[in-house]
Amino acid sequence: MGQKSDHAVMDKPKVKKNLTPWDIVQISRHPKRPILQDYLSFMAKNFIELHGDRYFSDDKAMIGGFTEIGGQKVMLIGHNKGKKTHENIERNFGMAKPDGYRKALRLMKLAQRFNVPIVTFIDTPGAFPGLEAEERGQAEAIAKNLTEMASLEVPVVCVVIGEGGSGGALGIGVGDRILMLSNAIYSVISPEGCASILWRDAKYAPDAAEALNLTAKALHNHGIIDEIIEEPGEGAHTDAKKVADLIEKAILKNIKALQKLSVDELLQKRFEKFSAMGKFTVNK
Amino acid sequence: MAWYTNTTAEKKKSKKQLWVKCKKCHSHVYTEEWKENLNVCPICNYHGAISSHERIKLLFDKGSFEELFDHISPKDSLQFNDLKGSYKDKYEANIKKTGINEAVVTGKGKMNGTPVVMAIMDFRFLGGSLGSGTGEKILQAANYAFDHNLPYIVISASGGARMQEGALSLMQMAKTCAGVARLNKKNIPYISVLTNPTTGGVSASYAMMGDINVSEPGALIGFAGRRVIEQTIGEKLPDDFQTAEYLLDHGFVDSIVNRKDLKDYLSNVLSYYNR
Repeated sequence: MGQKSDHAVMDKPKVKKNLTPWDIVQISRHPKRPILQDYLSFMAKNFIELHGDRYFSDDKAMIGGFTEIGGQKVMLIGHNKGKKTHENIERNFGMAKPDGYRKALRLMKLAQRFNVPIVTFIDTPGAFPGLEAEERGQAEAIAKNLTEMASLEVPVVCVVIGEGGSGGALGIGVGDRILMLSNAIYSVISPEGCASILWRDAKYAPDAAEALNLTAKALHNHGIIDEIIEEPGEGAHTDAKKVADLIEKAILKNIKALQKLSVDELLQKRFEKFSAMGKFTVNK
Repeated sequence: MAWYTNTTAEKKKSKKQLWVKCKKCHSHVYTEEWKENLNVCPICNYHGAISSHERIKLLFDKGSFEELFDHISPKDSLQFNDLKGSYKDKYEANIKKTGINEAVVTGKGKMNGTPVVMAIMDFRFLGGSLGSGTGEKILQAANYAFDHNLPYIVISASGGARMQEGALSLMQMAKTCAGVARLNKKNIPYISVLTNPTTGGVSASYAMMGDINVSEPGALIGFAGRRVIEQTIGEKLPDDFQTAEYLLDHGFVDSIVNRKDLKDYLSNVLSYYNR
């Protein structure tokens, strides 16, 4: 978490073919990569931001509110990274505290009350690892979201737009459809963290990135995500508007399909979806 | 941690070890006394690790435990190799070493006459890490409790999600919580017992979701690692940070219960359930 990225890959304008997982990690963390606020400005009309978890604070690393996407009213919730230094400090680099996860859950319950579909945008290095976060129950907050999201009675569409950092990502990532940008990543641990534990040295991060299967393509093969949204050119930052457009279309298509299901069907399918995740050996 | 293993090879080895050194107070305790005291230090009450099978003996009425879903074991679906070799070799060695197939043993039985479904994690197996097989067993046991209207108890001992299964292991957090959500809907009690350690992805999923959360004294419970947090805030953390006592103080566990009292505590709580 928080490691300096090597942006060498992106310095040259030419499009590199056959990106390695480590290349994709760099793109997902590129300083110019579009963030939630960029997509909001392109696709969200009449964003009514709602603040606070009602317990402790308003976590600026996680934002949400009612809005319209392509004429469809939704509750939109997402990790709020920044681009400029002062933004990133204010928004804690998109690393939410328990207050952020509790705000997200409050808004999801509100969406259920209003019978409005939920869209989440995932982009975080991870949940904030700090004293106050532990004190206020980071583990409980995430666990609660995982449990409650399993039974939300409205469609939930999740889009991984940048970094899907472990439990901090999953905390708003339990949905009926999981979409992912082609240069986004989603992982149980950062490649650097994994390398320093299993390789005893963070410099093996590229090897760990390869081993972790954290790219959209690998995750799609393993049945963890449903759909890959292809980024143009050398990445989303080269044409944010176009990417916003592609995301919007994908969201609308999926919400439309999910709205055909009854609440019982929706919940049953969501349960089956997550029940089926993972691969294990069945012995005789 | 050779003193609590129970495979024959290691039993032989442990015969030579007459003394156990307590990890907390560093006292030397006669091995037999240590075991008789349920791997708890008789001097400072440090709760040492205990295998799933010893735990079962301790918690269930004699002969009442029936193991379920023991046909599930890990799979190296990512073909994960680190410097020390393949994940497959690692878990196969762990199966051999522990005599169990996964980091959790699941089953049903009676506690002081009360029927329950239980999942008991075993730290000896890959650090009790939550892999796909682990998650599957915990979910299936929850489903069994759901189908049979039985209270569900999970005893956690885990460092967190199993890295060698990548995001597949991450998803076990959502999967197990989906099982808990169904129990909630049906008003079936779910009790979580957090033992040393319960951290990372396990603390951030089913372990924190008990209708009642109980912990053993001194257990390490938390989301992020101590070192990571110290690096983040750039200062030393309080000594009792992320202990069971700290969590009790902050409102995240209902009670701290000594190992020897756990069975009576759990069956006593469940005696109030009369749905």
